[in-house]
Formats: sequence, structure tokens, C-alpha cells
Amino acid sequence: MKLIIAIIQPHRLEQVKEELYKEEVNLITVSEVLGHGRQKGVTEVYRGVRETGNLLRKVRLEIAVNENFVERTIKAITKGAKTGQTGDGKIFVVDLPECVRIRTDERGSEAIG
Amino acid sequence: MKVSVRKLICCAVFLCLAANLCLAEESSVIPKIDGADTAWVLISAALVMLMTPGLAFFYGGLVRRKNYLNILMQCFIALAALSIQWVLFGYSLAFAPSNGFWGGLQWFGLRGVGLEPYAAYSATIPHQAFMIFQAMFAIITPALIIGAFAERMKFSAYLIFTLLWATFVYDPIAHWVWGSGGWLKNMGVMDFAGGTVVHINAGIAALVTALVIGKRSCYDKYSIAPHNLPFSVLGAALLWFGWFGFNAGSALAANGIAVNAFVVTNTAGAAAALTWALIDWKLTGNPTMLGTISGAIAGLAAITPAAGFVGVGAALIIGIAASIFCYIAVSFVKRKFHYDDSLDAFGVHGISGIWGTIATGLFATKLINPAGADGLFAGNSKQLFVQLIAVAATVIYAFIGTFIIYKLIDVVIGVRATEEQEAIGLDLTEHNERAYTMLE
Repeated sequence: MKLIIAIIQPHRLEQVKEELYKEEVNLITVSEVLGHGRQKGVTEVYRGVRETGNLLRKVRLEIAVNENFVERTIKAITKGAKTGQTGDGKIFVVDLPECVRIRTDERGSEAIG
Repeated sequence: MKVSVRKLICCAVFLCLAANLCLAEESSVIPKIDGADTAWVLISAALVMLMTPGLAFFYGGLVRRKNYLNILMQCFIALAALSIQWVLFGYSLAFAPSNGFWGGLQWFGLRGVGLEPYAAYSATIPHQAFMIFQAMFAIITPALIIGAFAERMKFSAYLIFTLLWATFVYDPIAHWVWGSGGWLKNMGVMDFAGGTVVHINAGIAALVTALVIGKRSCYDKYSIAPHNLPFSVLGAALLWFGWFGFNAGSALAANGIAVNAFVVTNTAGAAAALTWALIDWKLTGNPTMLGTISGAIAGLAAITPAAGFVGVGAALIIGIAASIFCYIAVSFVKRKFHYDDSLDAFGVHGISGIWGTIATGLFATKLINPAGADGLFAGNSKQLFVQLIAVAATVIYAFIGTFIIYKLIDVVIGVRATEEQEAIGLDLTEHNERAYTMLE
């Protein structure tokens, strides 16, 4: 089992969701986060004063999958989130030792799907 | 005692003419400024001014938060840009005596619009008080249209659209209905505070722009929820408050007609708010906050043309029916024809403006306002016919005028924001600001 964590542009969320549905990945947790990469954020203007180095709004996806779904999930996220510009985000794949479905007490691979 | 403004105006005009001919003595022909009237009209102008920021919050709460500032900015810049347009040439185009279609340009830059009363409009307040009161109407009317194309129009295109629309659509129609020599005014149309000029006009413009700009790109994929309904409630409350200036101020005097307008305005707004809540409750299981404020706006808009001519009973009927008609337009017609009038500018203002203008021809009575006319139920079917002509003329002219202006701007600079700008949100792409921060 893997936990796939992706940080993407907020405005690509809809496309990413569409791509995930196509790959039959339906279980997803979404949260709003702030962050920046090497560019340290864009500039913004408040009352004529230019400010730089702000943290940017991003969307974080968490998707727990079985091994056979890992590549499909990565492909779907990449396809939906890629604009080719800086700030498109990253995907992290982490080992997931355990998973429990609260309603049924199922564990492991069965609980993920 | 209810003293009619219009009757006074007419008398004043004739007296002036007669005095001029017989006596040629200036001091006796200048109408006298009334302190109470002037104070009320100035306060009313300030009340109506507050409606545009009120509208900004009403609309702003209904859009997604990535477009919140864009809506506020569209309303606020209208306040600035159209104030200038109005004193430069807008007031002259709408109200200077000329032909039946447009005002002349002799009042360009307010030349000749002074601090003495201009008897053809109001014999007891300075001409400039009337001018600035009307300015606030000219500002909020184009701002109402924003609801139709919210979240997807380029700001530059919006600014040009608003200026052109105010000049070529609002100013002529204001002249037809309220201006000296306007053809609908001469025909005897009754529009107390702007059923045709403001609500039908903006409502039809909203329908046209919603149709030609197209749906928001995610409209068919998922439902777009209001980002902050409490702001919309605040906005609706400010609109209701300002509407007292809008309608009661349109008496242009601190008199009985103003009080009547005040009372029926509140009654119609209340009846419509309650009606919408009850329809919601019955049909969907819950009385919704959004429905209730939408109902209030529908009722307030519907009573606008009738406010100086009908009594409380008629106001109740006008308010209740306004919510029923608008509910049908917003919940069924819009869904059936599948256009994205995003914040229901047509569904609420257009429909209730049409209903209110027709209702004026039904319920008006000289018992309320001797200077007005009787409507159908007081035995004067001709008035209803005149009201219908005014509705038809406004609908047709607003439809064609808006379409031409939109297409012209679209050809020259393009109206619609790109799909990417729409996805990111117009706050960031058009203004480089955002309404909310996350951490700080």
C-alpha cells in the first residue's frame, strides 16, 4: 500500500479529479495548504506596494492506494495538473504500513478500495 | 394632505410662463427652495449611493471567493466612473430638454445646472440636488447587470461596457420616461422610481450579456456555491435601507407621497421576502437565507415603479406576486433554457421590473396621488396600455442596444476572460489581489 500525496495548483483541482475518476480512483482527501518552491512565490501589489516572497495557495491531495493503482494515480494527477509552468507542484509516494476502515474494522488492502 | 409634486410642477411651469408673459418680473417667477424638501432629497441621494456598495456585497457574497474583489471592484469603479460621466454629459443626455429620444448637450459639464430649482423637474429643490439624486440611479443601474456576467468578464471590457451602456442605453431610456419632452413621459407612462428605466433596463441587459458571453466554464460540471452568504445578507439589508431613498426620495419632496412610497416599499419588500421563504419551505423543505433576501430584492424592485401611486393593499399583492414570478424565472425558466445568469440579475430585476410596471397600470389610483393616473382597477384601462408600451419599448431598446455594445467591444478588445484566468480567479488575474489570506 502507498500513500500518494500531491501538491497542485488550486485551479487544476477539477481537471485532476476528472482524470482520477477516469482511472477509477475515487477515494481522495483534499485540503488547502500554503507553500512555495524554488521561486519563493509570486509578487503581489497592495495599494501600490509590491510584496514578494509570499506563500502561495496550493491544494494537497491524499490518496491511499494498493500497489497496482500507484502508476495510474500518478499518471492521472500529472495529466490533470500539468501546465508546464513553474508552480505546477509535486507528487510524493510514501509507504503505507496499515489502513483501517472505521465502519467495518476491515484492514489492509481491503480497507483501501 | 397629499400634495402632488407633479401637479405642483405643472402649476409652477404654467405660472412661470404666465408670469413671464404678463409681468416680466424675475423675482416673482423663481420657484422657492424648500429646506425640508432639499434636505430629504440630499439624504435620499446618499441612501441610494449606499445601494451600490450594498449591491457589491450582495453579489460579492454569491460568487466564489476567488472572484470576490473583482465584483466589489466592478461596483466601486462604477461609482467612480459613472459619477464623472454623469456630471460631464450623462445628466445632460438624460435630462436636458431636446427631442423625445435623447436630451441635448446644452448641460454639458453641468453648465446651466445651478442652485436654483428647475421647475420642470422639481420646483422646490436646487437643480443640482435633483441632478445628484439622479446620478445615483445612473450608477446603480449598470452595476445591476454585473450579476449576469459575474466571474468571467475582463475588467477592461467591463469598464468600457459600463460607460457605453450608461451613455447609449441608460441615458436615452431615462430621457424617454423622466426627461422633459421624453416620448414615454408625454404618453403618460407612470414610473415612479425606475421600474422601466432601472430594473427592466438592467434586467434585459443582464439577459443579453448572459446569453452572449456564455456560461462559466465549470457551469455544467459542478454547482457553484456562494462563498459567503452573510455578506449577501448584509448587502441585501443595505439595499433595502437604501431603497427608502430610491423610492421615497423620488417624490422629490418631504411630503405625503414620499411617506406613501416609504410605506409601500417596506411592505412590498417584506411581503416578497416572506413569500419566497414560504415557497422555498414548501418546495424544497427549508426556508433558505438566500431565497429570503432574493425575495426581498424582488419585492423592492417590483414596487419601485408603483411606489408613488398605489396603497398598502396593492403593495402586498405586488410583493407576493413578485416573489412568485421571480421564483419561477430563477428556478424553472433559467434551468429549462440553461443560460448562466449567474446571480439572477434578469430573473430578479428584469422580471420584477416588468411585473411592477404592469402592476402600476393595474393598481394606480388618484386617491393616493392626484397627479398620477388611475389604473385598470380604478377604471382606466388606457393606463395599462401605456404601461405595456413602456415595458415593450424598454425591453426592445435595451435588448438591441446591449447586444450592439457587447458585440462591438468583443470585436475590438474581447470581452471574456480566458479559461485559465477564469480557473485561477479574476481577483488575482485582473487585480493582483486576493480577498482572503489563509495564515495571517
